[in-house]
Amino acid sequence: MSEVRVVLPVHLRNLARVDREVTVALPIAGIATQGAVLDALEAAYPMLRGTLRDHATRKRRPLVRFFACGQDLSHEPPDAPLPAAVAGGDEPYVVIGAMAGG
Amino acid sequence: MSGVRVLVGTRKGAFVLTADGKRDRWNVCGPLFAGWEMYHLKGSPVDPNRLYASQTSGWFGQTVQRSDDGGATWQPIGNQFAYDGIPGTHQWYDGTQHPWEFARVWHIEPSLTDPDTVYAGVEDAALFRSVDAGETWQELSALRGVSGHLWQPGAGGMCLHTIVLDPADPGRIVVAISAAGAFRTDDGGATWRAVNHGLRSEYELPDPKAEVGHCVHSIAMHPSRPDVLFMQKHWDVMRSDNGGGSWREVSGNLPSDFGFPIAVHAHEPETVYVVPIKSDSEHFPPDGKLRVYRSRTGGDEWEPLTNGLPQQDCYVNVLRDAMAVDSLDACGVYVGTTGGQVYASADAGDTWTPIVRDLPAVLSVEVQTLP
Repeated sequence: MSEVRVVLPVHLRNLARVDREVTVALPIAGIATQGAVLDALEAAYPMLRGTLRDHATRKRRPLVRFFACGQDLSHEPPDAPLPAAVAGGDEPYVVIGAMAGG
Repeated sequence: MSGVRVLVGTRKGAFVLTADGKRDRWNVCGPLFAGWEMYHLKGSPVDPNRLYASQTSGWFGQTVQRSDDGGATWQPIGNQFAYDGIPGTHQWYDGTQHPWEFARVWHIEPSLTDPDTVYAGVEDAALFRSVDAGETWQELSALRGVSGHLWQPGAGGMCLHTIVLDPADPGRIVVAISAAGAFRTDDGGATWRAVNHGLRSEYELPDPKAEVGHCVHSIAMHPSRPDVLFMQKHWDVMRSDNGGGSWREVSGNLPSDFGFPIAVHAHEPETVYVVPIKSDSEHFPPDGKLRVYRSRTGGDEWEPLTNGLPQQDCYVNVLRDAMAVDSLDACGVYVGTTGGQVYASADAGDTWTPIVRDLPAVLSVEVQTLP
């Protein structure tokens, strides 16, 4: 089992009643992917279901962005491997509310 | 001593305003859910400590919160509003068909008899019901069978914003949708029919017999006379004496019959309140004067209520869920504005006082009368 650090935006921290960063455990089998991190995050914090991804389609909500190691992973497929530094727990996987508004 | 709890939803959080029965000194608690759009909060009539709140965000979607202790603490509950079966399509702005897509919960209506049963009116328009205190939601999908393919969103989206429960008949529910119209079930949601006969929109809907397409803004009912419904339509204030079977206009001498909310006095079924707005293209009070209008005759004859309300340079709006009444004696009336004020009257509208002035834009106001 590997542990991934996840940084949440303030609104989702408040919703889940957690600090800025949480740690989620990924299954032993398989590769650490974005989809696996989000699955683990939603399993640990069920109130986040529907806030990052659509309940039914599992697609990323339009104004949610995923970053890691200075890279925008938002458009990566959910089964793409995470950077090794994230999978190893050295760098966090960062969820951000996109700049939008006016 | 009895008291009141006013639940205020705003663009950037929720606020709970409390006072004793005199309603002259107020405590303001909030913001709750700071930064989120709080479309509507409402308490259970049978358990005043049971509150439900619709919490939404353009970024993070829909969440629903429940409190079991009168708003002291809250917990997120079910937020999955899955349309029944294949959602199908409705009419889009350009006349083409567009898939039904869930956006948010506009209105929450707790059951009159069971604190664990609660209804949610959503955009794209549909009615959902939960019987487990909001943990799971099921659509009452027969509603969309009433010519749903012809429903078209209004400027604010295609939202089901009004849910009126009949205290005399648990099977009867009246709902309203922008811009589809009013609909009624008499069997708890199994079957529905449009109840729009008598509504007129000369230019937008030239067919006077159009079953759907009516832009209803709000409907109110007095619990002692559930067959009598009052409606603020896009333009026109309307009245039905047969549960929506037919409507007649009661705009009378109003300075404008455009507006959003409508409410009925808690103890006088023929006393009705509206807030006239200049027009559909200028969403502020006529002449820069915020005036609540009251009819003591069930419509047609209206008097302006101005004492304590701003009478110059006022250009706020009052949205459809932002007016409510308490059931104390005398009846209290509450109005929230897009300028962030909540005005209260403890004497049925004769005089008004701002109980809070500088909130974010107010989306909804509900009031609980507490023992």
